[in-house]
Amino acid sequence: MEATTRQFTGNARQALKNDNLRAALDKLSHGFPYKRLEAAARLPEFEALRDQSRDIKAHVLENLDFYLQQFESKVIEQGGQVHWAKDAAEARDIILAICQEAGAETVTKSKSMIGEEIAINGHLEANGVRPVETDLGEYIIQLRKEPPSHLIAPAIHLSMDQVADTFKDKHREFAADRPLDQPRELLEEARTMLRREFLAADVGLTGANLLIAETGSIALVTNEGNADLTLTLPNTHIAIASIEKAVPTLEDATTILRVLARSATGQELSVYTTFVSGPKRPDDMDGPENFHVVLLDNGRTQMLGSEFHDMLRCIRCGACLNSCPVYGAIGGHAYGWVYSGPMGSVLMPGILGLEQTGDLPNASTLCGTCESVCPMRIPLPAMLRRWREQQHARRLTSTKSRMMLKLWAMLARRPGLYRAVMGLGVGFMRALAGGRGSLKSLPFAGGWTAVRDLPAPEGKTFTALWKERRK
Amino acid sequence: MSAGPAKKTRSVSSRDQVLSAIRGALGREGADGQNRPDLMARLDNPVPNRVPDRGRLDGPARIDLFQAEAERVSADVARVAGLDAVPGAIAAYLGENGLPTALKVTPDAAIGDVPWAQQAALSVEFGATDGSDPVGVTGAYLGVAETGTVVLLSGETRPNSLNYLPDTHVVVIRADQIIGAYEEVWAQLRHDGGGLPRIVNWITGPSRSADIEQTLMLGAHGPRNLFIVIVGADDGKGIVMADDGTIVTADEGTRVGDAHG
Ligand code: SF4
Repeated sequence: MEATTRQFTGNARQALKNDNLRAALDKLSHGFPYKRLEAAARLPEFEALRDQSRDIKAHVLENLDFYLQQFESKVIEQGGQVHWAKDAAEARDIILAICQEAGAETVTKSKSMIGEEIAINGHLEANGVRPVETDLGEYIIQLRKEPPSHLIAPAIHLSMDQVADTFKDKHREFAADRPLDQPRELLEEARTMLRREFLAADVGLTGANLLIAETGSIALVTNEGNADLTLTLPNTHIAIASIEKAVPTLEDATTILRVLARSATGQELSVYTTFVSGPKRPDDMDGPENFHVVLLDNGRTQMLGSEFHDMLRCIRCGACLNSCPVYGAIGGHAYGWVYSGPMGSVLMPGILGLEQTGDLPNASTLCGTCESVCPMRIPLPAMLRRWREQQHARRLTSTKSRMMLKLWAMLARRPGLYRAVMGLGVGFMRALAGGRGSLKSLPFAGGWTAVRDLPAPEGKTFTALWKERRK
Repeated sequence: MSAGPAKKTRSVSSRDQVLSAIRGALGREGADGQNRPDLMARLDNPVPNRVPDRGRLDGPARIDLFQAEAERVSADVARVAGLDAVPGAIAAYLGENGLPTALKVTPDAAIGDVPWAQQAALSVEFGATDGSDPVGVTGAYLGVAETGTVVLLSGETRPNSLNYLPDTHVVVIRADQIIGAYEEVWAQLRHDGGGLPRIVNWITGPSRSADIEQTLMLGAHGPRNLFIVIVGADDGKGIVMADDGTIVTADEGTRVGDAHG
């Protein structure tokens, strides 16, 4: 997918005008965050498990080379193959080569953010292999040629009517006047279409939620069961994962799984949690003969040991999106690439480079909710601030904002002048408000006042009030 | 892989580049991190982390929790006294819900003693599925009370597709196969030896999706119905977890031998 992260501001402006999207996001912000709270309340050990999960991943990152090699040797021991990819292009080539070797026409896929990150679908299509997304939400957006707009609910931005229109347009073999005005009818139709694909596919491509070094297993969680059909029915299974997904033991995986679903959807556990180790065993009744794991770096080793190191603890639960006021206002597409919300704003500059990701580090009010819900206790606001600092230091911010900051810094170093100017400013803003108590627009802050009013100052500056109170 | 020698070389060097980039980022040199023996020990002797109290109930309370948690996620649960009551319970369930009565049953020894012929209402076939079977019946390896989860393994008599393709999945589990917490699954598997099977499934309720307008619907790709039949009463034996979170196997002879069936 072509990144439009540079156009964040424009994207966001468009999103704010989209009523369908607003309705969906409203529903989201009234759903998942409350379910998460309920699930946390049902498990008195939840906070302790968050601490342990954070510590497990912190330990893994400190010893990532060791755990990856252990994982690799266990996969090979069981008859699987491990491929290393430095970047997206290399991962695409590896996957395509495996598909070609398998003589694949159709590849079923279960939702994988890494698959999105490396844009595997386009590459397979361009080379004559047909990828079919099987997660219901992913399937819908694949038909519409759209990127996902949420980590775990990729079609959250769409209304039922939009899905119905898409199905009528793409599923031509059914009667044109069939009823499609219930979610159930849409699900049934997708289930029918995808059942054939599952049974016919030559290769199954999945992600991996965890890579377990102890046993060389991948752990996968879904609610639909689509990953299990994807990794059971075709003769070749490819799992793609970024390198930071490693954990030491089955017990460590278990601890993280206890916080993952609770943080994501408020479920105690996803419906299907599957641990996959190697290819089909000689006497097994089903399963693929070939098992491949592709380990992707794509910018992770550059974040490792940097000030963005902690971001690599992320388990992609989506809790930070669900509770973010900015995500809740604009949705996932505005962020312009595969990730979104607070985790996306921290991760995408790391993968794509700060030059490409324009305003993303500023797409936050730094309210701190994301950090408070993050099961891995990732200091997201602090890292957003660090990107902003880098942006400023590398002169990637606009001349206007750098000039204003310089002006402010100059004033701040001169207390007398600062008080005088701020006092003037207050008077100026009250005059602008013209007695209405709020400002419809403000010079230099058009971005802020375009979508909201700014309350006019009550009368005095903060420093003046502070002095008065202390008397 | 037939990717050819050129690709292979590149792939090997990518491996080295990624690994050395990791070491560089962590400020270490060479392949052997200085604490490697510690790390090996951590992998060789895995220790449970915090186990929720909820996962440490015993006897009837554990079975009750298993049932309550399974029902919370829309599984249907019945309890019967013995294996000979299983066909009747399944026939009644399918009848009540207006479901087809043709069963595809795993040839797994765990449920090998179920007297299917007793129920004329059911037609029973054994083996794997091609996707056309409406009802699949499987045994279980274990059940986990903490979340009402059934644990199923792939194997020579246990086709994985039977857990996913039929519309209705019936799982038959003995009460004494129900344990408290996930950690006991790993303890039991290690005790059995031979490494993990290709697939360890933890199944918690029937398949579902909320991808269309966040409306929760059952039966997305996997089964719409999950019916769990619990056989017999728990005798209170089996694996128990000590207070420090370590696993103590009480009365190993009885429990461990039985679990595989
Ligand atoms: S940053 Fe934290 S809350 Fe956000 S997706 Fe990652 S783990 Fe979940």
